[in-house]
Amino acid sequence: MTKRFGSAAVVDHLSLDIYEGEFFALLGPSGCGKTTLLRLIAGFERPGAGRILLDGIDLAPVPAYRRPVNMMFQSYALFPHLNVEANVAFGLKQEGLPAREIAHRVADMLALVKLESFGCRKPHQLSGGQRQRVALARSLVKRPRVLLLDEPMASLDKKLRGETQFELMGLQRKLGLTFIIVTHDQSEAMTVADRIGVMDRGRLVQVAPAAEIYERPNCRWVADFVGDVNLFHGRLGDDGLTVEGTVGGRLCVAAKPDAEPGTMVWVAVRPEKIRISREPPLPGLDNCVAGTVADIGYLGDNSIYKMRLRDGSQVRAAIANIGGPAERPVSFDEQVWLNWPAEAAIVLMR
Amino acid sequence: MTMRRVSAFNLAAIVVGIAFLYLPIVLLVIYSFNASRLVAVWGGWSTRWYTELVDDAPLVDSALISFRLALTSATAAAVLGTLAALALVRFGRFRGRLLFAAMIYAPLVMPEVITGLSLLLLFVAIAVDRGFWTVAIAHTTMAMCFVTVIVQSRLVDFDTSLEEAAMDLGASPLRTFLSVTLPLILPAIAAAWMLAFALSLDDLVIASFTTGPGATTLPIRIYSEVRLGVKPEMNAVCSIMVGVVGIAVIAASLLAKLSGARGVPARVR
Amino acid sequence: MKQEQAFWRQLVLRIPYLWLLAFFLVPFLIVLKISLSQTAIAQPPYTPVLDAAAGWHGLAALFAGLSLDNYVLLGSDPLYLLSCLKSVEIAAFATLLLLVIGYPLAYGIARTPRRWQAVLVLLTVLPFWTSLLIRIYAWMNILQRDGPLNDVLVAFSIVKEPPVWLSTDTAIYIGIVYSYLPFMVLPLYATLEKLDESLLEAAADLGCPRWKIFWLVTLPLSSSGVLAGVLLCFIPIVGEFVIPDLLGGSQSPMIGQTIWMEFFGNKDWPAASAVAVVLVCLLVTPIVVYQNQAMRVAERE
Repeated sequence: MTKRFGSAAVVDHLSLDIYEGEFFALLGPSGCGKTTLLRLIAGFERPGAGRILLDGIDLAPVPAYRRPVNMMFQSYALFPHLNVEANVAFGLKQEGLPAREIAHRVADMLALVKLESFGCRKPHQLSGGQRQRVALARSLVKRPRVLLLDEPMASLDKKLRGETQFELMGLQRKLGLTFIIVTHDQSEAMTVADRIGVMDRGRLVQVAPAAEIYERPNCRWVADFVGDVNLFHGRLGDDGLTVEGTVGGRLCVAAKPDAEPGTMVWVAVRPEKIRISREPPLPGLDNCVAGTVADIGYLGDNSIYKMRLRDGSQVRAAIANIGGPAERPVSFDEQVWLNWPAEAAIVLMR
Repeated sequence: MTMRRVSAFNLAAIVVGIAFLYLPIVLLVIYSFNASRLVAVWGGWSTRWYTELVDDAPLVDSALISFRLALTSATAAAVLGTLAALALVRFGRFRGRLLFAAMIYAPLVMPEVITGLSLLLLFVAIAVDRGFWTVAIAHTTMAMCFVTVIVQSRLVDFDTSLEEAAMDLGASPLRTFLSVTLPLILPAIAAAWMLAFALSLDDLVIASFTTGPGATTLPIRIYSEVRLGVKPEMNAVCSIMVGVVGIAVIAASLLAKLSGARGVPARVR
Repeated sequence: MKQEQAFWRQLVLRIPYLWLLAFFLVPFLIVLKISLSQTAIAQPPYTPVLDAAAGWHGLAALFAGLSLDNYVLLGSDPLYLLSCLKSVEIAAFATLLLLVIGYPLAYGIARTPRRWQAVLVLLTVLPFWTSLLIRIYAWMNILQRDGPLNDVLVAFSIVKEPPVWLSTDTAIYIGIVYSYLPFMVLPLYATLEKLDESLLEAAADLGCPRWKIFWLVTLPLSSSGVLAGVLLCFIPIVGEFVIPDLLGGSQSPMIGQTIWMEFFGNKDWPAASAVAVVLVCLLVTPIVVYQNQAMRVAERE
């Protein structure tokens, strides 16, 4: 579907299939349209063109309050004038269920999110993490077909975020619901999601499980957006397995790309795949590049080594700090050789 | 933070300003207890002017009329003003919005003689008998603009994701309004109601133009007495009104503080 | 259900809209029409009167009977011109006084620690909740020849003879400044309170002395509050009635008093209407500026 605000297409001829029981993540930079897409599914925006099919029924003309879809807002949107129990019960009251059943389901849900004793508190008396769980409970208690989560962990601190991610995954598996989460945090998307849809400027660039997106991005933009990457520009060789004329010389890859020899392509290598050694390489070893250590960034669990090649371009390598800082493999301004296996590199056409 | 330190000049300005505001009223209350008829002569403490008030039937009548009038027009203004505020804030650019907004903001500053005169001429033109209801209509019209401004500023700050959440949970737009929006803007509406009440109780000019026989409001009666000079009975009446209003405003403010709101919203335009 | 939603929307909009059209806009048009009529000893005391039963004929007769006589009268009689000028003069000077007095007060309140601000604002606003009539009457008490103000002045030997305050322009100014102070202080306070302290700190950090900070940073940033306060005071003061009537003299009435006199005193409704129209014309520019300002502020939020 397509959605325009003014003359800009915020969602541009986008087509997507999400499977039942899937935990799907929409990942992308700010302004890419992922939140708009979520709101289109929830019913707060109307598509300019297109359909939203749930079990074969088009939801586009159905107003938000009639859709079997529930949303968890980034700000949680808890009703400040109602206590926790009343907040969670709100959606059930709209369905007109008998009071006893509502009380029962609310109690069950509060137990599920571990907030049993908080029923009488008001939102302003809760911590950020507790408020988030109330918002989750409020949406889940209605047993929606699809739960939409709009950057649900944006305001949590790192530790809480990690715990909440696993809790969400457990909850989703246990209840067997379809979750669609919107996030700009790639590690979050990769942790929780079965499949990730990477969006840029209103379009879906790649839809695949996390490993595939990371190891086999379909373009430079995805390779660069998800994780860090080194790109070498060159011409595809005759056998389709080599790339000539890059700043690192002749590079070899293991998988043949679908392109004509002679096309200009990029070789993408992730920093953690690169090995550094002081000794010059054995002859016949593929993918060897000489360089000088320009900068070292210590990140605790690993270190990023910025290498400057002969022609001035930069290559980054990430090495885990297995020993202590005193046992660094190399130090500043050292002449080193970089090396990676052919299987670690892939060829990107665009 | 050094900037937050209250300088002597600032403190002096505040103290002088606030003293200036209260001095006349304080003096008024003191003189209402003056046993002597003349202001210049202090005759000792006495409550005779207050006791004489009770016997003054027309005065008591006027007070009751003013009270009923204020109650009616404040409530009507609260309803109309809230509707207008909703339209201005939520309906985006609709046809005729400019005229609508102009009609809302103009009465806030328009001199009362003009609005009073124009309404009287309207009532005469459609041959309606002037009395309680014509004044009520006039007061409602004036007050609803104040209500709109107050409720509008509350609505502008309103977190619309709360309404979206309610709709997402299955509440129709009407139910969303009644169970989420309205409870949360109620403090602003209440404050606006109080303002409309005070404006109606206080008004002299518009009431003079639009009233008829049998609907003499308290300000009209007070004015007819005092334009000829100071009268001690009037001191007593005025002191009572000051007391009632003062207690009401302070009570409302305390209530607001207790319920966690940000105090009595000032008449901020 | 889209129609049902549209129905409610229309209702929410139409009710206040129609009310305002009927009780605010239409009356203005009637004032205009009456100002073009003649006075008559009849009920209602003007002519021509629209005879609804006569249909188009009646309408034509109505228009035929209109004239600009009243406006000619206004132009020729110096009383009205003086009245206009007096009103504008008093309003302008009073607004200036209000600005000079109100700005330090608002600034002072905005500079106090936050928890005191609500109380101070409440204290400033509280007198406003009591009747204007009552407060002006309180000043009548004070400003009497043998009232407390003169007692104090004589006691401290500031003057030899107790001066006459009532029925002077000075009394009017006192009354106006007293009554309209909250109208000036509140918009100013609202703007000054929103002032970002870090801007002042940045200016100090860059070497500005305190008075310069005020002149170069605070004052320009509070200009919208100043404008709001000035308009909020000037426009209604021009048409004030109660204050000049109770505190001022009858020699040079303000426009509000003129309208009242024409209407209740001379029973000359058309003349009163004409004066009202003139007053609106006088004020139309500031009113439009005020409305634009108010809408811009509301939209910005």
